[in-house]
Amino acid sequence: MKNYNLTHLKELEAESIYILREVAAQFQKPAILFSGGKDSICVTHLARKAFHPAKIPFPLVHIDTGHNFPETMEFRDNLVSELGAKLIVGSVQKSIDDGRAAEEKGKNASRNAIQTVTLLDTIEEHGFDACIGGARRDEEKARAKERFFSHRDEFGQWDPKNQRPELWNIFNGKQNFGEHFRVFPLSNWTEMDVWQYIMAENIEIPSLYFAHQRDVIWRNNTWLPVSDFIQIEETEEIINKKLRFRTLGDITITGGDESDADTLAKIVEEVAAARNTERGNRADDKRSETAMEDRKKEGYF
Amino acid sequence: MEGYLDMELLRFTTAGSVDDGKSTLIGRLLYDSKSIFEDQLDQVRQTSERRGATEVDLALLTDGLKDEREQGITIDVAYRYFATPKRKFIIADTPGHIQYTRNMVTGASTANVALILIDARKGVIEQTCRHSIIASLLQIPHIIVCINKMDLVDYQQEKFDQIKNDFENFASKLDVKDVQFIPISALKGDNVVNRSDNMNWYEGSTLLYTLENIHIGSDHNHIDCRFPVQTVIRPQTDEHHDYRGYAGRIAGGVFKSGDEITVLPSGFTSKIKSIDIFEGSVIEAFAPMSVTITLEDDIDISRGDMIVRTNNQPESKQDIEVMLCWLNNKGPQPRSKYTIRHTTADAKAMIKEIRYKLDINSLHRNEIDKNISANDICRAQIRTTRPLFVDSYRKNRNTGSIILVDEGTNETVAAGMII
Repeated sequence: MKNYNLTHLKELEAESIYILREVAAQFQKPAILFSGGKDSICVTHLARKAFHPAKIPFPLVHIDTGHNFPETMEFRDNLVSELGAKLIVGSVQKSIDDGRAAEEKGKNASRNAIQTVTLLDTIEEHGFDACIGGARRDEEKARAKERFFSHRDEFGQWDPKNQRPELWNIFNGKQNFGEHFRVFPLSNWTEMDVWQYIMAENIEIPSLYFAHQRDVIWRNNTWLPVSDFIQIEETEEIINKKLRFRTLGDITITGGDESDADTLAKIVEEVAAARNTERGNRADDKRSETAMEDRKKEGYF
Repeated sequence: MEGYLDMELLRFTTAGSVDDGKSTLIGRLLYDSKSIFEDQLDQVRQTSERRGATEVDLALLTDGLKDEREQGITIDVAYRYFATPKRKFIIADTPGHIQYTRNMVTGASTANVALILIDARKGVIEQTCRHSIIASLLQIPHIIVCINKMDLVDYQQEKFDQIKNDFENFASKLDVKDVQFIPISALKGDNVVNRSDNMNWYEGSTLLYTLENIHIGSDHNHIDCRFPVQTVIRPQTDEHHDYRGYAGRIAGGVFKSGDEITVLPSGFTSKIKSIDIFEGSVIEAFAPMSVTITLEDDIDISRGDMIVRTNNQPESKQDIEVMLCWLNNKGPQPRSKYTIRHTTADAKAMIKEIRYKLDINSLHRNEIDKNISANDICRAQIRTTRPLFVDSYRKNRNTGSIILVDEGTNETVAAGMII
């Protein structure tokens, strides 16, 4: 008898492709939320595989805080033109200028929280009924409770205690007017799976993930990149370090890890040996014990 | 490095309530396989201290929602992940109390293995029976019974043998195939990851070894070919002008290019021209692969249709007998209509009759009280507006399962296994 077994990566890939095809079939106007990070790059790669030889039937939506790593923006634009996909940018700066959102003040100010305003406005403006994200259940404890098809009410809010049960491979994307879904094809992937997959598939990712020299300051127990968007205090010293980023968020909140990993194989090795989670360096998660759950309820990614 | 790319995926489910050691066991599996990160542990340590606990409460690792952490209970299904060089594991960690039956059913629906925990001091209790009945109803292929807290019964073999015997007596009434028993102490670590020196009388494997080696290759149906069409791929570009592919995930069997197929419900027949994936075409494809199939003939096929091998077809049914698990707080209303979802197809449906309610502690069939509310399991007859192409759940979990969606609220109100 022949061995009809899939490896774990092939099985995860098959599951994610199935989810992406369900989205295309069950929704009228789905979109991919694209941050330029490895997870949304992976989702986009899987979407390309799911609908081949046709184009990806979703636009890419980028919620632009204006506080970006320049490398991420360059990468985004290249990928969009390579895929022939449509890019929609929701601008947090515009939300601020229009008086829809108020900028945080002070040394640790970030635009992380107010992105939600721009995100929900963008969803409403374009009438998206499903937004596909790269969030994984292993990332964070509130995300561990997330469904593949996650329902959002007309205010864009998540009600974690009243989620639709998901059984087998049957997904229910039915919704009332004004509601939408967030869909997470990578739910069952771990950070390690994503890296192994990027390596196995040879997926291109922003250079920020590889070890490089960069000016940083030591703040809140992490190496924060020097940029136009942070205020550096007199007591803080700018140091040039060799590091890499394990996740990519806004340049104001994403801390780097000292690292020599400059190839995918070295990154996989480093992830295998890591003793801290990848979000350990994300200031946005550290604001309180339930920071992620609180933001998710409001409509965050 | 190569090793990492060659692992299998195993999904298992656990169920349990506050003090039966489930969280400790999961904590130990995660900790001993180095899947808990230091910052997670630090956070849990701080929270435990703030609440005045003397030891680190590993349950805080699995309880993710604010309410769960405050009340110290698991409400929802939590998914946890860990890997060894052999396998990657997905744990569906569910609450064990009867009021959370629906969560246990949800966690069990995709599991290869059910981990059932028995407290060695208490033996087989109502909760053990409930978990086993759910595992049997959901047709989880393998059951591992962990007889836990052996340290509290002086690691006595007699205790283990007695509980094993009791469980086997009870399980003979159930439809379970593969049951293994392991004496463990999750707290002390006996037989979880490392072999215990305290129980030399036990000659079997440790829990982790069992999880790593249990044979899951035949858990998918590789006999009856079923391909529910998800969506039709038509690039309409110059390069692929005439391309028309049917995208889906193989729900059963092994499809080969050249196979004689029938499309349901139309009944049209054709041959498989190619089985395509992104990288090119493959000669054969099997469950649970996601592929795109092209046919020799131009036939009208759309989402919800099923491509099957002509010589092996599912049953076409409008009256379906199911074991239903009711998931919603509002029970079924007389004559109310639902949308039934089966693979990628849907139809309107009505519950024609509740045959009996099942007591999931005792398997007793209650034919008098047929009042169904959340967490009840019952046998029911469902009438659909058009035929569905079904297999029994026993034969195929993908083509033998359905959900009911309330037409008013759009909520998923029930899950069913076709008999």
